[in-house]
Amino acid sequence: MQRGKISIQNLNLHFGKHHILKDVNIEIPENQLTVILGPSGCGKTTLLKTLNRLVELDDMVKIDGKIFIDNEDIFHTSTDVTDIRRKMGLLSQRPSPLPMSIFKNVAYGLSLNGVRSKKQQIPLVEKNLREANLWDEVKHRLKDPAIKLSIGQQQRLCLARGLAVNPQIILADEPTSALDPISAKVIEQQFLELKQNYTVVMVTHVLRQARRLADYVVFMYLGEVIEQGPVHEFFENPKMEKTREYLKGAFN
Amino acid sequence: MWKKIEAQIFHGLMVLSVISLGVILFLIIFSIVYRGLPHLTWELVSQTPQGGFYIGRDGGLLNAIIGSLYLSAGAVILALMLSLPLAIAMNIHYRKNKKLVNSIRFVLDLLWGMPAIVYGAFGFTLMIFFGIKASLLAGIITIGLFILPILTRSMDEVMKNVPITLLEAAFSMGSTKAEVSFRVLIRQTLPGIVTAVLLGFGRGIGDVAAVLFTTGFSDNIPTSLTHQTATLPLAVFFQLGSPIEQVQNRAFATALLLTIIILLVSLASRYFGNRFKKSIIK
Ligand SMILES: Nc1ncnc2c1ncn2[C@@H]1O[C@H](COP(=O)(O)OP(=O)(O)OP(=O)(O)O)[C@@H](O)[C@H]1O
Ligand SMILES: [Mg+2]
Repeated sequence: MQRGKISIQNLNLHFGKHHILKDVNIEIPENQLTVILGPSGCGKTTLLKTLNRLVELDDMVKIDGKIFIDNEDIFHTSTDVTDIRRKMGLLSQRPSPLPMSIFKNVAYGLSLNGVRSKKQQIPLVEKNLREANLWDEVKHRLKDPAIKLSIGQQQRLCLARGLAVNPQIILADEPTSALDPISAKVIEQQFLELKQNYTVVMVTHVLRQARRLADYVVFMYLGEVIEQGPVHEFFENPKMEKTREYLKGAFN
Repeated sequence: MWKKIEAQIFHGLMVLSVISLGVILFLIIFSIVYRGLPHLTWELVSQTPQGGFYIGRDGGLLNAIIGSLYLSAGAVILALMLSLPLAIAMNIHYRKNKKLVNSIRFVLDLLWGMPAIVYGAFGFTLMIFFGIKASLLAGIITIGLFILPILTRSMDEVMKNVPITLLEAAFSMGSTKAEVSFRVLIRQTLPGIVTAVLLGFGRGIGDVAAVLFTTGFSDNIPTSLTHQTATLPLAVFFQLGSPIEQVQNRAFATALLLTIIILLVSLASRYFGNRFKKSIIK
């Protein structure tokens, strides 16, 4: 069974007059962790949001090119955008819990996936919270508003909520950048486990983090993909001059 | 040097305006309380008019109290049924169509600024056109139209300020627009929605011009939408117009009653607004 193979073909994206993504071609392998690297403003977040068509919420956006998820064209007119999004959980740069209790945040995700009765939800909420490594910290305060949690806990709650929708793919936009080092470690550990069962696409600025987590690396610069390949090849033996400069820290 | 003078000027202006606001507020409340309180009797709030100088002597104004409450509640329900979907559509469904949404905002602001008497005249025209007589229903429709822009724009303003990241989070999970609207947006903006509703209620209950031609007047408590009904502002209007001092005193008591109702509504709006705030995302 194929789960979450993503193929991006000749993707171009404009915000108004600005050409943000330029002829992007990427083959993201399934059941691996792909890291997208690149200096600030190169289009990493935009690329991630294009994968689940979230970028279309913006009124200035123009997209052409093709993206296939398990051979399904996500821009095809017969494709339901909510189906596409349900296949992908998105973890954003800053956690954004919904304005409801901890329990309901996760239950909301479950309900989108068709699990609507509270009786069915209770064990699944626990399962998803455990999967996100949050259960022990919140099991006594499930009725508390989600914003009362610490930022690190909120990020894990968002992960649990995303998992509740039962996606195949997890998109993560610098998921540890707003966190303290300890929470960051917890999330990182989480991703190492997640990649057993999900296709993960993660944006990061931190080269060491990329090295620790990635199976496959994509390097972008000013909206273009400069180089992509398996993690060892990419770090040990980069082919492009730009990549070598970046790895040396020239753009920071 | 200049900075210091500038700061002093603005400080002076601020003190001046705060003092004048305080004085005006005090004088308004004082004049109403001073003349109204001695006449604000239990009889006034518990009985319908029993004759004597028309609504000036015997009995009370229960007909107008109930009439005003029915009228404002009806108008708020009517306006809410139109304004909530409109505000949601402006901020979710047509979010990308900035031109359309901004034109709607512009029109609503115009309507908001229009004096109530214009709504009264419009309501009256509608009544003639459809052959409806002055009644509770005609008043509800007129006041409903009058507070519609108030409700819509107040809700729109809070919905506009919902962090885009929150909407993105909800959409990214695969929520439909309806799910985002009813399960996330409304929850997030509930304090604002409650405030908007109570603001509209307060404006509706206090206005006289919109009901002048549309509700008629009656000594009885209305029991049907087709009945004519008394309202508090109109009662004040009639009583103040009387040459008899006793009746004028009643006008102040009635005005005091109206003020108390509006005060209670404001307090309720604060209370509920705060209660719903606890899980709001900032
Ligand atoms: N909604 C938008 N409208 C117009 N331009 C945008 C919009 N969003 C992003 N951009 C522009 O697109 C470019 C890429 O932005 P993006 O957020 O994808 O960068 P990034 O690689 O994620 O950067 P960072 O590492 O700082 O998060 C930037 O130049 C940005 O200014
Ligand atoms: Mg980014």
